[in-house]
Amino acid sequence: MIESRGTVVIAAERCKGCELCIPACPPKVLRMSGERNAIGAEVPELLAGCTGCGACLLVCPDFCFEIYRFETPQTHPGAGAAS
Amino acid sequence: MSDIIRTDRPPEAAARKTGEFMPTLQLSTDHDLCPGCGEPLALRTVLESIVDLGMSQQCVGVIGIGCYTALTSIMDVDLIQALHGRAPSVATGSKRMRPETLIFTLQGDGDMANEGLQEVIHTAARGESVTCILLNNGVFGETGGHMTATTVIGQRTKNSLDGRDAAYHGHPIDMIGLLAPLGGTAYAARGSVHDAAGVAKTRRMVRRAFEAQLRGDGFSIVEILTMCPTGWFIPTEEGPDYLDTVMGEIHVTGEWKRDGQLLQQAADPPEAD
Repeated sequence: MIESRGTVVIAAERCKGCELCIPACPPKVLRMSGERNAIGAEVPELLAGCTGCGACLLVCPDFCFEIYRFETPQTHPGAGAAS
Repeated sequence: MSDIIRTDRPPEAAARKTGEFMPTLQLSTDHDLCPGCGEPLALRTVLESIVDLGMSQQCVGVIGIGCYTALTSIMDVDLIQALHGRAPSVATGSKRMRPETLIFTLQGDGDMANEGLQEVIHTAARGESVTCILLNNGVFGETGGHMTATTVIGQRTKNSLDGRDAAYHGHPIDMIGLLAPLGGTAYAARGSVHDAAGVAKTRRMVRRAFEAQLRGDGFSIVEILTMCPTGWFIPTEEGPDYLDTVMGEIHVTGEWKRDGQLLQQAADPPEAD
């Protein structure tokens, strides 16, 4: 079981695919999805295990992240980030 | 895969929003800067510091010429556009006419260190109560990515393709090292936006610089090292590491002067033998 204390909303339509959020994420739950948006940029996706710390928001040059913290942590079956 | 979380809409479970897409003093998220650019991160630190200090309605920014000038269309503060490098002098005039106002300049390294070096030196030496924000990426990004006065030794730019060579191109100027010792400088610090902790630290530096200005302590400057993967000819994801290791080695981050006191004193010369 993986626990998510928070989550993010990703405005994928304005992502320019710079990948700065991937190493910035402390629990390593962001990865590139392989999918592209309308401008042809590869966008990130979120795996289970987000803590809602907001590091992605601070390093995103294109203001693509909005941060939420759950009132009660959410659990997900299966593996989250590759360990 | 089942473990991918949906991120195209707010969560359905009860949750509290703890981070907005953009600072409250920003009008839009739309800008035309390159992927991986560090300047929007620096903009965030400045706009959030203004709001933190409750100066949103009493704030004037003086903007130099560079890539960051494109960000003025999304900044919800009063702005004056200065000529190349002349922002500190325009800021001086603005502060003298409106002493209760928070005045800051936004300048690049080409703008401040190449085009208008004397303006910022004299503004600092006079101890004008303005805050200069220097966005240093080591290249003239807007005009094609050539070398500036702060380009570090070994850094590749459009006209130093084999890396800056001290014997041929000269040495970089350390702007904080230059301005911090001046008597009129009350606060001098250098931050970096290469990671989340760096952005948070930089935001504290900008806030402290603004506080020094509002107390009337004198000149304050925060240099913010920003990524320019386009100008450095590297992939966007390598920008933060390059910034931290190559630029950060020469342009040392941290507070250099606080409350008018230098924090990193030069060592004494060794005794003659």
